[in-house]
Amino acid sequence: MQWESVIGLEIHTQLATKSKIFSGAATAFGAEPNTQACAVDLGLPGVLPVLNKQAVRMAIKFGLAVGAQVAPRSVFARKNYFYPDLPKGYQISQYELPVVAQGKMEIELDDGSTKVIGITRAHLEEDAGKSLHEDFHDMTGIDLNRAGTPLLEIVSEPDMRSAKEAVAYMKKIHSLVRYLEICDGNMQEGSFRCDANVSVRPVGHAKLGTRTELKNINSFRFVERAINVEITRQIDLLENGGRVVQETRLYDATKNETRAMRSKEEAMDYRYFPDPDLLPLVINTQDIEAARQSLPELPAAKKRRFMREFELKDYDAALLTADRDVANYFETVVRLAGEPKLAANWIISELSGRLNKEDKLIQQCPISAELLAGMLQRLAKGAITGKMAKDIFDAMWNGEGDADTIITKRGLKPTDSAAVEKIIDHLIAQNPAQVEQYRAGKDKVLGFFVGQVMKASQGKADPAQVNSLLLEKLKK
Amino acid sequence: MPLHHKTLAELAQGLRDKHFSSVELTQHYLNRIAQWDKTLNSYVTVTPERALQQARQADALRVKNTAGPLCGVPLAQKDIFCTHGVKTSCGSKMLDNFIAPYTATVVEKCQEAGLVMLGKLNMDEFAMGSSNETSFYGPVKNPWDLTRVPGGSSGGSAAGVAARLTPAATGTDTGGSIRQPAALCNLTGLKPTYGRVSRWGMIAFASSLDQAGPITQTAQDAALLLNIMAGFDSKDSTSLDSPVPDYTTTLKDTLQGLRIGLPKEFFATGLDDGVARVIDEAITQYKKLGASVVEISLPTSQLSVPAYYVIAPAECSSNLSRFDGVRFGYRCANPADLLDLYQRSRGEGFGAEVKRRIMIGTYALSAGYYDAYYLKAQKVRRLISGDFKRAFENVDVIMGPTSPTTAFKLGERSEDPITMYLCDIYTIAVNLAGLPGMSIPAGFSQGLPVGLQIIGNYFTEAKLLNVAHRYQQVTDWHKRIPPGFE
Repeated sequence: MQWESVIGLEIHTQLATKSKIFSGAATAFGAEPNTQACAVDLGLPGVLPVLNKQAVRMAIKFGLAVGAQVAPRSVFARKNYFYPDLPKGYQISQYELPVVAQGKMEIELDDGSTKVIGITRAHLEEDAGKSLHEDFHDMTGIDLNRAGTPLLEIVSEPDMRSAKEAVAYMKKIHSLVRYLEICDGNMQEGSFRCDANVSVRPVGHAKLGTRTELKNINSFRFVERAINVEITRQIDLLENGGRVVQETRLYDATKNETRAMRSKEEAMDYRYFPDPDLLPLVINTQDIEAARQSLPELPAAKKRRFMREFELKDYDAALLTADRDVANYFETVVRLAGEPKLAANWIISELSGRLNKEDKLIQQCPISAELLAGMLQRLAKGAITGKMAKDIFDAMWNGEGDADTIITKRGLKPTDSAAVEKIIDHLIAQNPAQVEQYRAGKDKVLGFFVGQVMKASQGKADPAQVNSLLLEKLKK
Repeated sequence: MPLHHKTLAELAQGLRDKHFSSVELTQHYLNRIAQWDKTLNSYVTVTPERALQQARQADALRVKNTAGPLCGVPLAQKDIFCTHGVKTSCGSKMLDNFIAPYTATVVEKCQEAGLVMLGKLNMDEFAMGSSNETSFYGPVKNPWDLTRVPGGSSGGSAAGVAARLTPAATGTDTGGSIRQPAALCNLTGLKPTYGRVSRWGMIAFASSLDQAGPITQTAQDAALLLNIMAGFDSKDSTSLDSPVPDYTTTLKDTLQGLRIGLPKEFFATGLDDGVARVIDEAITQYKKLGASVVEISLPTSQLSVPAYYVIAPAECSSNLSRFDGVRFGYRCANPADLLDLYQRSRGEGFGAEVKRRIMIGTYALSAGYYDAYYLKAQKVRRLISGDFKRAFENVDVIMGPTSPTTAFKLGERSEDPITMYLCDIYTIAVNLAGLPGMSIPAGFSQGLPVGLQIIGNYFTEAKLLNVAHRYQQVTDWHKRIPPGFE
């Protein structure tokens, strides 16, 4: 039987506010346990929550950016359950009336087509603390620094049909929240994490299969793997006459398998009800307008502009605009050096490759936009060859200064065209048979000549220049 | 006149005129507490050293002439208000070891005004009760008859003021917890409009109903104390951001033309004859003061008790989840695992009435029951508010009995929750609607005090105090002190 998988994501983004969502305590990551938890975060008796307006503004920005409805009135509700790292015995969240509803996000598929993923809702809530099970001699340590950190939970429609689509959607959301500067997107620190709802059904069936929920997956790679192993597990189960049980499952990255956490029967009754300590959240048109004014250029618009303004290909423009900082880097290079296509190539291939290899973000890149621009200018003028440019790139990466400094220090001299012409003339004279073959239509022979010229110049000649000179001279 | 016969206003005047110092006054009350409170059990904690320290500071301010009107006057706080450095038990074993690292806004405002805190007053556990019998620290006795209850949940506040072990006290009122004990102990009690007084640092029972207010000897004292307690607090999202009037300036306004509504439902079956007679006489007195009286109807008020006993327990079941033995408060000995820690800490730390309400509330919020109970109760709540809204189109205040009976015997109702819950049949609707309500001494039935309830429209505390004050100018019920405590 042919199976179709159906996937929906719940993405938790930690909002980059200075203080917590309902208290004045700081939200910085990595402080000593329980040093960033005030009486409100500790859930001491008699304390009361006061909503952080910055968190609301961020939620509005997100809502506008995904073309959603920003609710004029939304309600905070209590989600009741006992857990040691949940100080009040309830989490303040939004239930029936969320702040953002009915948005959408377009993703690009492998075949170049696009698909719209529906965003059911996004709601504000507080994070819980952390239970630490190691180093406490069979006891559990509780760190409440994270308790009360603002989260925007973004819930998608079950619109995705493969793990790849899910990752594409998650990356788009990740890019967007970073563009909006409402979340630092740091997945290692848990600022951006997701739960995936996965089910399968025979192709052509309208009715959804029973779903399982995969909890707390914190990298793009794991999301793809977890969904894929879960799809395989469900299909195997169904094809062998079994049935999928509605349950929460945990992805084990080391074993690359999912494991049952709790079934629907064991699922908690959260007894949601409106939080009487907080008034309904009222957002008026001025609030929405103010947020709209503060929106930056969003990825889709920036991509269109890059294609138009810099004549970039769709694919390149998408890569360059996926991350706001990469896009800014690119624009700075172009502003200083011109040459948008050259800049795009270097950033997409050399620079991104190197960053990936060393697991660095563009903000941590040792080569500033100014340095790269300087090098590209020389390359464009033909002052250096492509091979030399790569050497200079490496040297700049290692902190050896700007292109000119490196050229001087290393005594790099670009081979001028006169020297290259001399080599070519010599080769043409030495290899009449090959010249004959080329002129008879055997184009491949050109490669032989290029190779010989490069060899003779000890790799210092610019291949592009060699190519054009050869074409010119062989034509005669 | 002995110092403890004086009202807050008179004590403040005495301090201003330097007839006595705050230290002398404070010591006088501390002596009375030492002498009488073994009998009454109105205090959970007495703070003599702290009180005398505050009194000395108040006296120093007097010398410098920088003292506010109530500076140096003693007062006691209901043990539901968190006080930095002093135990805040909320009447529960659960918090017998709890010392808050912060101070409730109400307490802070009293401190800023220079009031001297004598101690923390006994109460029903987590303010759940109408007789002060659910306290972990034992029942409080009614000074008018030591075999009877003082009412609740602010029973310690009422008994303490009635016996003049403090000139005034704070209380909280979720379903009648200020007005009913004030009525049963011959005192003036005011529950302000929801949102008028900050709830920060006041341990929550039912957050949408809880409101703090004064329990005093006179309406004038209540006005003086409310001047201090009321006001916007940025730490309480439900507190109202609007200016507080000076409640003392309108006390003497004429009652000529005042329109009083008498809800027929408040005078139907269940009302004790003796109480009814006293209320009738009080109404007659108001007519003499120039008021007119009309019968009104609050048809949905009949449903207030059942609606309240869904909403209040629902909120309390969530509010009390934080008492889990993990971070503060009572923790069971040697928990085997997490579940055992939760079950025994809560099982051993909470009393029977608190557990009953947590269970009722948990049930009412459960999947499958939420619509039938919680949502339905919220609808009833809106209908009740609608009843009052219509009534206030034609009347200025609503009057009736505060409680259907006078103080009952200790133990008489403690085994029968339904009878106990009916104590608040006339007060609960006011909380559900969020309106201000008062109880003032109106006379006696078989030697026991009867309270007249006065209900006003939103934020008309000044009117209520005016109506109460004018009555107290022509009656002397409020001046009666329980025999033996003079």
